[in-house]
Amino acid sequence: MNAIIFSAGFGVIMMFCSFLISNKSSYRHIAVVGLLLLLVVNVMETNGFDIFHINSYGMLSYTRFGLFFNTIAIGSTLIYVLLTGKDIERLGNYVAEYFTLIFFVLCGVCILSSYNNLLMLFLGIEILSIPLYILTGSDKRNLKSNEASLKYFLMGAFSTGLMLMGIALMYGGTGTFSLDVVRSQTGLYKGVSFLEIIGLLFLMVSMAFKVSAAPFHFWTPDVYDGAPGVFTSFMATVAKVAAFVAFLKLCYVRMTATSTAIDWQLLFAIIIITTLLFGNITAVFQQSVKRMLAYSSIAQAGFMLFALFSLNDFGSKGLLMYSAAYCLATIGLFAVLVKMKDVTFEGYNGLAKTQPVLAATNAIFLLSLAGIPLTAGFLAKYYMLASVIATGSYTWLVVIAVLFAAVSVYYYFRVVQAMYFKTGDPQTEPITGSFKIGLIALAAIIIIIGVLPQTLFNWLYF
Amino acid sequence: MIALLLILIPVIGGLIALFIKNENTVKGFSLFISLITLVIALFGVYSNQTSELHYNVSWMPDLGSRFTLGLDGLSKILSLLTAISLPVIIIATYKNTYANTGKFFGLMFLCQAGMLGVFLSMDALLFYFFWELALIPAYFLCSIWGGERRIQVTFKFFIYTFVGSLLMLVSILFIYFKTADHSFAMQSFYHANLTASQSQWMFWLFFIALAIKMPIFPFHTWQPDTYEQAPTAVTMLLSGVMVKMGVFAVIRWLLPIFPNASQSNSSIIITLSVIGMLYASLIAIRQDDIKRLIAYSSIAHIGLMCAALFSNQQVGMQGVLIQMFNHGINIIGLWIVADAIQKQLGTKKFSELGGLAQKAPTLAILFVVMCLANVALPLTNAFVGEFLMFNGLFRYNPIMAGIAGISIILAAVYTLNMIQKIFYGNTVALTEKAYDSSFNINVALIILVIVVIVFGVYPQPMLNLTQSGVNTLITKIP
Repeated sequence: MNAIIFSAGFGVIMMFCSFLISNKSSYRHIAVVGLLLLLVVNVMETNGFDIFHINSYGMLSYTRFGLFFNTIAIGSTLIYVLLTGKDIERLGNYVAEYFTLIFFVLCGVCILSSYNNLLMLFLGIEILSIPLYILTGSDKRNLKSNEASLKYFLMGAFSTGLMLMGIALMYGGTGTFSLDVVRSQTGLYKGVSFLEIIGLLFLMVSMAFKVSAAPFHFWTPDVYDGAPGVFTSFMATVAKVAAFVAFLKLCYVRMTATSTAIDWQLLFAIIIITTLLFGNITAVFQQSVKRMLAYSSIAQAGFMLFALFSLNDFGSKGLLMYSAAYCLATIGLFAVLVKMKDVTFEGYNGLAKTQPVLAATNAIFLLSLAGIPLTAGFLAKYYMLASVIATGSYTWLVVIAVLFAAVSVYYYFRVVQAMYFKTGDPQTEPITGSFKIGLIALAAIIIIIGVLPQTLFNWLYF
Repeated sequence: MIALLLILIPVIGGLIALFIKNENTVKGFSLFISLITLVIALFGVYSNQTSELHYNVSWMPDLGSRFTLGLDGLSKILSLLTAISLPVIIIATYKNTYANTGKFFGLMFLCQAGMLGVFLSMDALLFYFFWELALIPAYFLCSIWGGERRIQVTFKFFIYTFVGSLLMLVSILFIYFKTADHSFAMQSFYHANLTASQSQWMFWLFFIALAIKMPIFPFHTWQPDTYEQAPTAVTMLLSGVMVKMGVFAVIRWLLPIFPNASQSNSSIIITLSVIGMLYASLIAIRQDDIKRLIAYSSIAHIGLMCAALFSNQQVGMQGVLIQMFNHGINIIGLWIVADAIQKQLGTKKFSELGGLAQKAPTLAILFVVMCLANVALPLTNAFVGEFLMFNGLFRYNPIMAGIAGISIILAAVYTLNMIQKIFYGNTVALTEKAYDSSFNINVALIILVIVVIVFGVYPQPMLNLTQSGVNTLITKIP
């Protein structure tokens, strides 16, 4: 409860700041303080110290998993604001509002990690999405940004409609909104009803839309490309993995309960293969690093879907690992990307000569996304593959997945090639020393998690 | 402790070297570090105390993986090869200049550390980690300092090996779930409960990675280009040591984990290897480029090793162990000469060379010795290994051995042809002003020649060293 209330409250505070404080650069510092506070209260709650005792009547339930995910999401946001806060300021006149919206998104994230009721799921998704629609269109004078925002909004509204429909059908099928209530075995609701399955399918489609899984991914490249780079970074990372965590919970409870009636694994296998196919193959042909990262985020979603496919301990731990690895690496990449004047592959040519620190850290982020050992990205992929093999069937799916992982190496390494092996004169915004230190720290975190995953997972147990 | 030091010293040395700016300091420092590694490796070879040779700490308890390193007969030979080759390479290329020397040598050491890790690790996940880690520095080395087509060629090499190793990862993971105690330890892997069909599938997934690395016939296309385009020092490291990772992994992991599957598939693999030998030898005959010739000759040699491994004969296996070391030594020697010629005369085509022996007698003598070792003449080191390997292959299938034997003749044809065209005959305009090789190249070659002759005349220590390794292995195979 701590994190939900604090993040919402801080969002309101940031709103008031916009007319109480006129100094533009102080918003960033206030946001950092807010995020630190948020992190502290969340860790406090993880250790059993809850400030607010509010009875949610079973609509929210706090698990170690969810709280730990909150820590990852809030920590990633903190790193994001520290690295790209200055670039957010360059964007326009409503800096405080941007931070406000980010806090509201975090509130949605915290609800999604702890919901126990389909209505809360809906609330969480909406609280998460609506600020994102606004952030996408925050570059008011840019047509592409406007187009992306409208597109995102329309498609998002459509998927929300599907979700509501699904929830209603599920209510009709089971007689409850609650996620894990014991099914009444009498009368109307005996066994698995047809309505529930249809409802779940609707929910699955709308969630697949939110996590940009194929064939519901078509909005992703345009929106990620059109949105200002600073917000793409946030959308593609924290918001996306939060939707995954919500999806995982839904699958864990409802899909296992109905697995006798429908073969969810087969459905997920199809979704995974199409996601990996579309994401990876299209990413290969991109000319702009930003658009490549948009497609790569689809491809990474394909790997994260393995957790929903296998629904075991490896999968849920792997999703945490994946969220950390993917968020950190992508935030780092975007932090550098928004500093570049030219975001095509050519724009990166020769970066290693002019900005060795940026190039080296970027290389580590890319290696992590590609899943090279010694980085967090490897272990994340490892857990996902292990989760599938642990189920004992569908081993061929793993073989296909690793072949696509090899394809992903192709486009990630194109950036490495541009930075290190080609010559050019890349133009960047002025780079400060503290930005470089931040990048180095981020790269160090990625490597530490990659070598000693226990540092991350000890949090889960103690 | 020795096992840990063997990896730690190159890692730390490499990381320091990355940040040294002064060129001469870097070279001196690198030579020093590589010599320390060599000394430690020698200690390792002569030590018999288990406590010194093994290192075992908890690493990822959540995954069932431990940081386990160990030196046994098999890894002793290969760590010795790795440790010898680096100082020799550094001496031989001492006068080469690189942009960013510190980065170059730093990456060389990281690559060496990765390879030593592959040879020493006794834990499958750790093995996979090092397997990949040896590749990354090699990728950067080739792509930054390589020849004209370096970027595409190295990328092909990288993608090829990466696909292979990912398939191997799937296989490792699968076996992990079939081990009794859910652990990556070598012994648990050896006793994994796989059904016959499972072990068939996993065998091939595992084998493709190794076949690409060695390389075996249909997977070899990355190799000649990469060797040609990589900077010579890296080519030496790749061909001398890195390809041995593939052969090594067959002995260490593949054969003991899948004894039945390797036996039932041996005919396919041996056929592929023998085709590769003949194919590579025939292409080598048609080459007009020293580097490409050596590259193809290397494919032929590795093919023989792979064939002998799957012949399942003790002698053949022992021959492979010896030959892995000797092939590394010989091929590094050949590259040194090829590099010396290219640096001095600016070409590596035989057709533009001739009569070099008159101008560079020392180089000629040393080169001829290395070449004779390459064709496995008696009294050179390679003879012992090849003899044992053919012996093993003959026991498996005389016809195969006969066909493979043709490649020996072909090897003599192309090697002697190369010597003749480069060193004998009349001098041409290009070689008219040639001079003899420099001091550092002579030193490096003399070290290698001494190794060649000592182990050619007196191979017993090598045989003793490999005996124990082979014995433990043979008991695993039904």
